[in-house]
Amino acid sequence: MVSVRERAAAVAAEVRDPEMPMLTLADLGVLRDVRVDGDVVVASITPTYSGCPAMATMRDDLVHRLTDAGFGRVEVRVVLEPAWSSDWITESGRAALRAAGLSPPGPAARLSTPGPVPLTLGPPRREVRCPRCGSGRTRSVSEFGSTACKALYRCGDCLEPFDHVKEI
Amino acid sequence: MREPAMNDSVYDGLLGGDSSQWAFGTDFEDPLAGVDTSVPAGIDATELATYCLMLGDDTLVLSQRLAEWCSRGPELEEDIALANMALDLLGQARLLLARAAAADPACVPPLPEGSPVPAEDALAFFREAQQFRNVRMAEVPNGDFAHVVVRLLLFANARLAILSRLCDSADAVLAAVAAKGVKELTYHRDWAGRWFVTCAQGTDESRRRLLAALDRLWPLHDELFTPHPVEQSLAARGAGVDPAAVRAEADVVLDQVFAVAGVPRPETPGLRGRTGRDGLHTEALSRMLAEMQVVARAHPMGRW
Repeated sequence: MVSVRERAAAVAAEVRDPEMPMLTLADLGVLRDVRVDGDVVVASITPTYSGCPAMATMRDDLVHRLTDAGFGRVEVRVVLEPAWSSDWITESGRAALRAAGLSPPGPAARLSTPGPVPLTLGPPRREVRCPRCGSGRTRSVSEFGSTACKALYRCGDCLEPFDHVKEI
Repeated sequence: MREPAMNDSVYDGLLGGDSSQWAFGTDFEDPLAGVDTSVPAGIDATELATYCLMLGDDTLVLSQRLAEWCSRGPELEEDIALANMALDLLGQARLLLARAAAADPACVPPLPEGSPVPAEDALAFFREAQQFRNVRMAEVPNGDFAHVVVRLLLFANARLAILSRLCDSADAVLAAVAAKGVKELTYHRDWAGRWFVTCAQGTDESRRRLLAALDRLWPLHDELFTPHPVEQSLAARGAGVDPAAVRAEADVVLDQVFAVAGVPRPETPGLRGRTGRDGLHTEALSRMLAEMQVVARAHPMGRW
């Protein structure tokens, strides 16, 4: 027997990110919780970046999809803590990114001790493989790409430019 | 010639004909919807709101200056980089202004009854220049590319030092905003640091421009570390950070950049007296706000 909460969670988990629609909100790790409070479904999401303009769309899409699935009252809440990390992108999400020609993020930097954030003046140190030809000869073009969460790369072999989802 | 198919947009194929999907939502949203915004015990709500306005106005005003760079960057990638940083700062500003309004609704300017303008927008678009609490470093007019590089390096470096301590704030909302901001500001500071070195070590012309920008902005650098009584009071209660307390740490990083760039640390003294935190601004802020606020002020009942 599938509970109401499980059914609502399954519907919410299938809602897709408006900017990277190859990912579900669950794959992206922004869907933090789905619960049923009386007759209200409460879904909690967290922003990837402070200024992520997709938050309003995610909220609207969650409300629509859950309403379409027969849940009459839906509330979407924002969770700010803990801050989203690219480490939360699931394995299936990473595979979907690669399949769509995007390079998934490596492990996010973690500050082992509290204190000043170290400065990096050299080029970014990442092992990025070209999602099209698999070459490891890739070069960072810009640390800022088409959305807040992406950097821009170019492959040195097939010469194609591609997006890399940044570690954060 | 092939007829354009219904699914010519790559998004159509990916969405699988899901009718509940649409383009971006345009409704107002509360960036703190569902977040517990109660003011912690022992913290004065008005002081907390003022502090949030100080930090939020810094990022709002600088975000607007960066947005003015749109389509004016020296190359497409840098144009996009500046827009990305503007967006991060705007997001931080939204959270901070919303937090200010939630802590002390009295700080929000009154609007006509029935106005749909949310509190964060009322704060952004319906305050006068002297009510803004941002540091003047954020508001001075844009110059050339070297100017935005120097401004971002000095600002992001100081802000990163503050936010990395603010992660432990007694106010859970501020702590969460800071924790996310640290990740973003790290990218901003690294971008500015790299370009600082590139300009300094590039051509005679790029170095000349960089040094000129540093000369122009340096007198405003002290203000980033000059504490206001509200910052000191909240720092004493564990909710804020005294900027003077992070100066040494921020200076170490700046000296690293100066050393790699081969640029001597400027010795010109900082401006003294009242600061942007007290509402004392340059004439440039009024002009900037006039442009930024004109549409919202013309339509206080507007729905978008």
